[in-house]
Amino acid sequence: MLPHLFRTEYRKIISVLVRHYGFEQLSVAEDIASDTFLIAAETWGIKGLPEHPVAWLYTVAKNKSRDLLRRNAVFNEKLRPALKAELLANPETDIDLSEENIKDSQLQMMFALSDPVLSIESQVALTLRILCGFGIDEIADAFLTNRETINKRLFRGKEKLRTAHIKIGLPAAEEINKRIDAVLTSLYLLFNEGYYSSSQNSVLRKDFCLEAMRLTGLLVENEQTNNPRVDALFALMCFHASRFDARTNENGEIIRYDDQNTELWNDELISTGHYYLNKASRGKELSRFHLEAGIAYWHTTKNDSREKWENILQLYNQLLCISYSPVGALNRTYALSRIYGKQAAILEAEKLGLAKNHLYHVLLGWLYTGVDQDKAKEHLNQALIYAKTETERIGIRKELAQV
Amino acid sequence: MNEFLLIFRRDLQSSEMQPSPEQLQNMMKKWQNWMGGIAARNKLVSSGNRLSNEGKVVKPGDVVTNGPYVEIKELIGGYIMISAESLEEAAEISKGCPILTVGGSVEVRAVIPMGT
Repeated sequence: MLPHLFRTEYRKIISVLVRHYGFEQLSVAEDIASDTFLIAAETWGIKGLPEHPVAWLYTVAKNKSRDLLRRNAVFNEKLRPALKAELLANPETDIDLSEENIKDSQLQMMFALSDPVLSIESQVALTLRILCGFGIDEIADAFLTNRETINKRLFRGKEKLRTAHIKIGLPAAEEINKRIDAVLTSLYLLFNEGYYSSSQNSVLRKDFCLEAMRLTGLLVENEQTNNPRVDALFALMCFHASRFDARTNENGEIIRYDDQNTELWNDELISTGHYYLNKASRGKELSRFHLEAGIAYWHTTKNDSREKWENILQLYNQLLCISYSPVGALNRTYALSRIYGKQAAILEAEKLGLAKNHLYHVLLGWLYTGVDQDKAKEHLNQALIYAKTETERIGIRKELAQV
Repeated sequence: MNEFLLIFRRDLQSSEMQPSPEQLQNMMKKWQNWMGGIAARNKLVSSGNRLSNEGKVVKPGDVVTNGPYVEIKELIGGYIMISAESLEEAAEISKGCPILTVGGSVEVRAVIPMGT
């Protein structure tokens, strides 16, 4: 119960507090939020769960922040000059933990944490920490790095938020459309971090995806922030998430698309994806999220027709024309092989110039299988050299054994 | 990497032909596959533009004529920008252009980099 509440309520308390006090007091807000949960853990451990745990948490958070204002001299000295006039006039001003304000505060926090002055890495780390309530260890695990690196990233990000005087607030209506792409990119990265991470902790990876979807959902629901790109990104996430359980085995190893058990695909998420992809098509806009959602949609169709792969190929063609990525280039080549055969795809693949990418060699290993076994082995051995994690190497060794 | 402009010229007569929807669909697929292949090598600098058949030519002495095609047999249909190691590589890439299958041609021109 408590870990779950921590995940859902921590970010709300922080967002509201930061909206109230400003980013200058981010660490104070973090302290208040952490203290609140500490008190909850102690009290609930002894007395059992209160009747309304969430309300209980909010009351404690409110009291904590009021106490800090009233009693803590050091805090007062630091905070007083920075506080808004109306707060000084009435230090009892309550922290507003209404549902409305919580939603607004989180939305505003999303825009602030995607401010372009922050490095992309900091954006994602701060979003994970502040808006999703993930622990340092969990973030480090997902990024396949250590605590120190993540701590540094967070520290630098927070410094930047302070020194650059980032204001928490929704940009002006005409600014939103411009700024929202940074927010979408950061949510897209957050989702991908969960979806593609080679971390073996699949529960954690799924949580990342769900959190990204929840935050994107806030943008979808809000009239000011909703636009066709937002809907397209949400559709993309639904389609991807629908295959989440089918794409890894119990050891966290990736199961190839063709070998996935389609019984495990989640029909409800697929139909939610349909709804939002349709909604995203209301204008003329065709963003990368539209194209990627289209690709993801075709991947959720179970009938392995030529039409399916033709559509996937054309969508990849369009996607690559507006936004190149090595993974996109490799996936395009895979789709090409499904229509024009392995030989044709090998010719295209060898032009890609990705010889240091292990996935490039995995693809060529697959393309050469049944065409030239020696070449297939050669490429899979190359893939072993360039693979970055043990999970990847285990997968490649399995392929090698089958050639 | 150097940048090259690929100018697509199509034969005026073939551009006046009325292709069937299937032929159009097929042609579009060929173009998308060719451009997608360039983009997959991260060598597409700009998808450029397709040009309408309509146009005017302005000459000295306030002379404006309708259409650029009075004296020529070929018509510029569009252009893209790519990056390549050399003019030879750019020409090699151009060999896959679908315009060549309908009597058109590709002119490959190196872009002179602007001083920074």
